[in-house]
Amino acid sequence: MQVDEADVCARVGDILDAHGGMEGPLLPILHAVQDAFGHVPMAALPVIADRLNLSRAEVHGVVSFYHDFRSQPHGRHVLKLCRAEACQSMGGDQVADRARALLGIDWHQTTPDGAVTLEPVFCLGLCACAPAALVDGRVVGRVDQARLDSLLDEVRA
Amino acid sequence: MKDFIIPDDRDFGTPAVKAAAMVTLEVDGFEVTVPTGTSVMRAAAEAGISVPKLCATDMLDAFGSCRLCLVEIEGRAGTPASCTTPVAPGMKVRTQTAKLKQLRRGVMELYISDHPLDCLTCAANGDCELQDMAGAVGLRDVRYHSVENHFEPRRTGGDLNPQWMPKDETNPYFTYDPAKCIVCSRCVRACEEVQGTFALTIEGRGFDSRVSAGMASDTFLSSDCVSCGACVQACPTGTLQEKSVIEIGTPDRSIITTCAYCGVGCSFKAEMRGDEVVRMVPWKSGKANRGHSCVKGRFAYGYAAHKDRILKPMVRETIHDPWQETTWEQALDFAARRLRAIQDKHGRQSIGVITSSRCTNEETYLVQKLTRAVFGNNNTDTCARVCHSPTGYGLGQTFGTSAGTQDFDSVEQADVVVVIGANPTDGHPVFASRLKKRLRKGAKLIVIDPRRIDLVQSPHVRAAHHLALRPGTNVAVVTALAHVIVTEGLMNEKFIRERCDWDEFQDYAEFVSDPRHAPEAVEALTGVPAAEIRAAARLYAGGGNGAIYYGLGVTEHSQGSTTVIGIANLAMLTGNIGRPGVGVNPLRGQNNVQGSCDMGSFPHELPGYRHVKNDSAREMFESLWGVKIDPEPGLRIPNMLDAAVEGSFKGLYCQGEDILQSDPDTKHVAAGLAAMDCVIVHDLFLNETANYAHVFLPGSSFLEKDGTFTNAERRINRVRRVMAPKNGFADWQITQMLANAMGAGWSYDHPSQIMAEIAATTPSFAGVSYDLLDREGSVQWPCNDAHPLGTPLMHTDGFMRGRGKFIRTEYVATDEKTGPRFPLLLTTGRILSQYNVGAQTRRTANVVWHPEDVLEIHPHDAELRGVKQGDWVRLASRAGETTLRATLTERVSPGVVYTTFHHPQTQANVITTDFSDWATNCPEYKVTAVQVALSNGPSDWQEDYAAQATLARRILPAAE
Repeated sequence: MQVDEADVCARVGDILDAHGGMEGPLLPILHAVQDAFGHVPMAALPVIADRLNLSRAEVHGVVSFYHDFRSQPHGRHVLKLCRAEACQSMGGDQVADRARALLGIDWHQTTPDGAVTLEPVFCLGLCACAPAALVDGRVVGRVDQARLDSLLDEVRA
Repeated sequence: MKDFIIPDDRDFGTPAVKAAAMVTLEVDGFEVTVPTGTSVMRAAAEAGISVPKLCATDMLDAFGSCRLCLVEIEGRAGTPASCTTPVAPGMKVRTQTAKLKQLRRGVMELYISDHPLDCLTCAANGDCELQDMAGAVGLRDVRYHSVENHFEPRRTGGDLNPQWMPKDETNPYFTYDPAKCIVCSRCVRACEEVQGTFALTIEGRGFDSRVSAGMASDTFLSSDCVSCGACVQACPTGTLQEKSVIEIGTPDRSIITTCAYCGVGCSFKAEMRGDEVVRMVPWKSGKANRGHSCVKGRFAYGYAAHKDRILKPMVRETIHDPWQETTWEQALDFAARRLRAIQDKHGRQSIGVITSSRCTNEETYLVQKLTRAVFGNNNTDTCARVCHSPTGYGLGQTFGTSAGTQDFDSVEQADVVVVIGANPTDGHPVFASRLKKRLRKGAKLIVIDPRRIDLVQSPHVRAAHHLALRPGTNVAVVTALAHVIVTEGLMNEKFIRERCDWDEFQDYAEFVSDPRHAPEAVEALTGVPAAEIRAAARLYAGGGNGAIYYGLGVTEHSQGSTTVIGIANLAMLTGNIGRPGVGVNPLRGQNNVQGSCDMGSFPHELPGYRHVKNDSAREMFESLWGVKIDPEPGLRIPNMLDAAVEGSFKGLYCQGEDILQSDPDTKHVAAGLAAMDCVIVHDLFLNETANYAHVFLPGSSFLEKDGTFTNAERRINRVRRVMAPKNGFADWQITQMLANAMGAGWSYDHPSQIMAEIAATTPSFAGVSYDLLDREGSVQWPCNDAHPLGTPLMHTDGFMRGRGKFIRTEYVATDEKTGPRFPLLLTTGRILSQYNVGAQTRRTANVVWHPEDVLEIHPHDAELRGVKQGDWVRLASRAGETTLRATLTERVSPGVVYTTFHHPQTQANVITTDFSDWATNCPEYKVTAVQVALSNGPSDWQEDYAAQATLARRILPAAE
């Protein structure tokens, strides 16, 4: 999905207007932009920088610091698998390998049909129910092989 | 350390703290006393103990990331970083213990595990802090071998290493090699704290952290980077490295000298190998620049060795002949005979000189001496005529001296800064960086300029008020500000009663209180909303220390002198004179324009601003020089040209100035020059004026001579010879040879003797000598018995003239008016990368930033004319026309267009008119009524000019 630069500027302008007067507004603005576009388009950075009296380098520094801010649109669904220690000890690695094999993609990649983006995540605070996953923002616990397959069926549909 | 050559220049790790209260502590058993708030690292350095460090440097605030500068403090747990730990009374610090040694070595091992071990072939070899620190901590072995690293293009298996990034070589002067980077953030912090551009950042995090210029799609060249060199200076490794060092190698000696570009007068270390400049490095102890630089001084010195430079004297019978190379003796003889022949035929007043604001004080002094003592007239003028002559007049009338009142350090204490008709980020970049630093700490800014200059809004800077006035209405705006201050009772009556003439104040107060000067009354004229003027006036009058900085947008008007007087009035009304953080500060354009004025370059003034009618001043020079001095003022530049066209002025010696390109109404200048019988151009290059010259004397660059420059803060800085003159002689020697060819019998062996003569004859320079300058680094005049070390702040106890003088400032509209044929107003200015007529910067890689002059036009005006971005347009005024490319921008208001005058192909001054300041003839560059239309290509004038220039530049070699 390619976004038109003029469209980005206009929509980011509206988001900036909505955040006028807020203290420390950069992160809320970036979240709003990501919500609106599914990612943070590069064309948005100079517009944000100009309004907040920052340089575009500074905004780029913040955006690139947080892995959750994406520079490219993600797939229709985002599957995040926990890669932290507790989940690894409960078989997370095998689940992750299976997910990558079945989807035919690696971390941070999107399936060619645009259905699923696979992301690693480091601890969802769900260690008691490890291995854990996050499907389009919904947490799922005890992700064994069967549950993974049903999750994959769900997101590939 | 980058400053490895001069041991005194050592890096204290964190900036000096200005605090009155002192703290005594013990470092490794040595007692040391430092100001409160000083870091332990700096305290140790002051005791002579260097704590190992990588991310710390005294140009930047402490950051505490490298973990190398750890120390142990008695009674405290752990090993704090000495750069971020402030001193405390009685603190006992150990900088070298078994535990610290082990920790530091471990940290260095980690650094080196992700760094290429290519020291021998690295450009930073011998000049690398990482290398130094590996030595300092005794690194002998690296136990860690990286699986993932940033420095190998390919992994062991032969696969491409995704973490490896190629060099960014887009900047013409330095390279960024990510493979050598240790991510200490010094470059990012230098860009933010020192330069204030915020062009760099650290992208990513953890192992993925990289230095990035701009955003992901940017290179160094496409980013906001202004190539000031602060990041290169800060880099402790070879990551950011001057290309000249990569090409030549490290320097072996360095000499402190002064930059020859703008009026900031930055001190530099010329780092040399043999007689080749390896690099110019800003000198930390330079009092004007405090270790900072801009792209011009730091990098754009290559013109001095450019192939276009003329190294042999040349002569020709007429300007239609080709040039003939000849010997110095023959050229000077030719010149002397011609000048004397003109005087014999047309009288003593028929020849004159133009002194250079680019040459040294000593050279300027000799040129005016040449006309006064050898030619026997006062026909001397200088380029200050076309820039800051109204400053001389205006401040002279009101305060009693024609110079800025402060030093640059003063801006650190300003609370409200007013910038009028100046664009410091382009014209005076190092001052702009110092100003922006103060603004980031909370000072308020008022910008009065028709254009939305960068200071109005740029990262972390936003002007409280931008009064975007119509060009030519400065006086109305300044008087309206005074109206608000007086009618709202915001003036400082105590100051006025104590320091100024009360009767004159009352007269002025009555004048400005008239409702016709109210912001509401002039709003339609100036285009500035009345409420903005009122708010700005209240802020300046009531916001604490108010400092005014102004530039050529004030002076280059038909009422330039009136605006300067109005500015002085504002400062006196509010008591913003005579202490740190306040004042009236002209930002002088050229490196030595202050000095050229001081040295008696004007036709009515002897050195030290003493009128030629003043008998005692004349007698002093007469007795020393053994000649009679003409008591009548001579001709100003425009008068010389008028007289030339009339036929009464026939010969001109023009040193280091290109009047054809820089002076207004190019056609008139060309006609005047063409009418002369002997034009002597003394310059580095065959400049535009040389197309009309009969004698060309090759000049020497600032690297090739000794002397002094005087900057905008009256600071007399030493210029030191770092190499022999490529043309054979320093400029002062050439002027002396010309004088002697005319029978003067001068015998100066060194510029210090000329300075001694200046000191002996000029009261404000009485205490100046080369010994003093070598000892103190620099001094600000007046420097005499009362102020043996110079005068950083003027008018501290009383005005130089006695009482401050208020003068009425009646607005009179310029005769240059818009109308149906010429509906737009053109104003002109500078850009960061180019300097003045561009003779130097066009001959450096700086052209990548500004290859041609462009016309800024508001999108609304462009649309009306069918002009699109990048279109060729014809720019026409009553005086002439030229063509250039248009750029659409909202920086300029509708009705206003803007261009620069750096390129002779464009010749913006073909357009400008010969209207000028009522008091000083300073031309009205800043206001010209113009029309803009689409065009197919160069104007007839441009084609004729190019053809004439090609013909005029033919050179025949000397007959063997």
